[in-house]
Amino acid sequence: MPRGVFLDYVDPWVNWTWLSTHIPLFVAAVEQHLTLTVIAVAGGLAISMPLGIAAHRWRSLRNPVLAFFDVVYTIPSLALFALLVPYTGLGVVTAEIGLIGYTVLILVRNLLVGLESVAPDVLDAADGMGYRPLARLFRVELPLALPAIFAGVRIATVTTIGLVTITALIGLGGLGQLIERGLIENFHTPLVVATVLSIALALVADLLLVGAQRLAVPWSRGAAS
Amino acid sequence: MSVISLVVQWFADPAHWSGPDGIPQRLVEHVEISAASVAIGAAIALPIGIALGHYGRFGNVAINISNVGRALPSFGVLVIAFQVLGLGNLPILVALVALAIPPMVTNSYVGLSEVDPDVKEAARGMGYRELAQLLRVELPLAVPLVMAGIRTSAVQVVATATLAALIAGGGFGRYIIDGFAQQDYTKLAAGAVLVAALAMATELSLSALERVLVPRGIRLQRAPVARRATTFKTA
Repeated sequence: MPRGVFLDYVDPWVNWTWLSTHIPLFVAAVEQHLTLTVIAVAGGLAISMPLGIAAHRWRSLRNPVLAFFDVVYTIPSLALFALLVPYTGLGVVTAEIGLIGYTVLILVRNLLVGLESVAPDVLDAADGMGYRPLARLFRVELPLALPAIFAGVRIATVTTIGLVTITALIGLGGLGQLIERGLIENFHTPLVVATVLSIALALVADLLLVGAQRLAVPWSRGAAS
Repeated sequence: MSVISLVVQWFADPAHWSGPDGIPQRLVEHVEISAASVAIGAAIALPIGIALGHYGRFGNVAINISNVGRALPSFGVLVIAFQVLGLGNLPILVALVALAIPPMVTNSYVGLSEVDPDVKEAARGMGYRELAQLLRVELPLAVPLVMAGIRTSAVQVVATATLAALIAGGGFGRYIIDGFAQQDYTKLAAGAVLVAALAMATELSLSALERVLVPRGIRLQRAPVARRATTFKTA
């Protein structure tokens, strides 16, 4: 079928000329993406560390804490953002309440797995050496739980990098903004490049965390779950 | 008036319970596309995960597929599928199937590979052939994790199907996306309630199904908090 001269333009998957003149756009998007991710994982750690330790210390807290965050985790992110918008508006607060809520489940669960896997003999030995409960926690139990904690941080980070794209719908999004732009303008380049960058960010972050784990916990070799 | 009473009023309005944009129709759309995606995904993922777990091969691949799946931004995958395949249910189905596969492969692999070698040997000793051993001994023992994979995928597919409204799909996501577009926060919140309720209902009904399918002999050993080999969230 012959095509008209002017209708012949086919949008390529990546328009390199456009891309080369719009690099700052992608840099800004990656910056926002990383900021949102770091806040979510750091906030998640700040909440889940004391919460997980408390749930480990007081066993009756364990199942209610896990059950509550399991429910939060089950709520689709778009629904959670939408439920929060009437109260916290469009923006960072709404996004982070959701993202932090999701990381807490992953981090608490892994912290508990780590603390529960410390051998009773080790605890006995620590007690025998005269460790007080708090010192035992910080000098024996938490270091032994580090591989599981790291595994949790890796999963939380990769998951959050994927979820940040959805915050485009509440005016943020990082790379998700460019995915949305590609959708609205029917323009492949921002869509494809942003999706690939989001996957790449997740994989690079995961590798960096593996590296950090090797340095911080040289006796563990990739305990992922 | 408070958001909550507005949402209650929205649900009480009979106009929202009929027609092409009514709750029943949107529910059918949402469940149909989700169920189809999980079924197709299971038909692809379970044989792979079960075979890898049975033979104890390529464990790294089976575990890492979830790591890779987690890194896929569901929003981007949906929009790319839309650009490749055009309007309609096909792009949504393709994207949802792709996101449904990883947790099912990983969980069924872990379930099968964790079957006690002594039990397998006993099955051999009792004269089970390989296929009978797999179907009558290993699979029943792996039911909790195989079902955990299906449950995890199903909840994520229901969640991701919400985003399908962005590429002109139906389902409860319509209320959220249209609510945002029209700045109708009541509709937005009502849609969010419906989506969250559907995700919970999916989790609960599949947990109930799992309880029925788990052989009586291993029910007592189960941990109080349902176990899964991977946490997985794409939307």
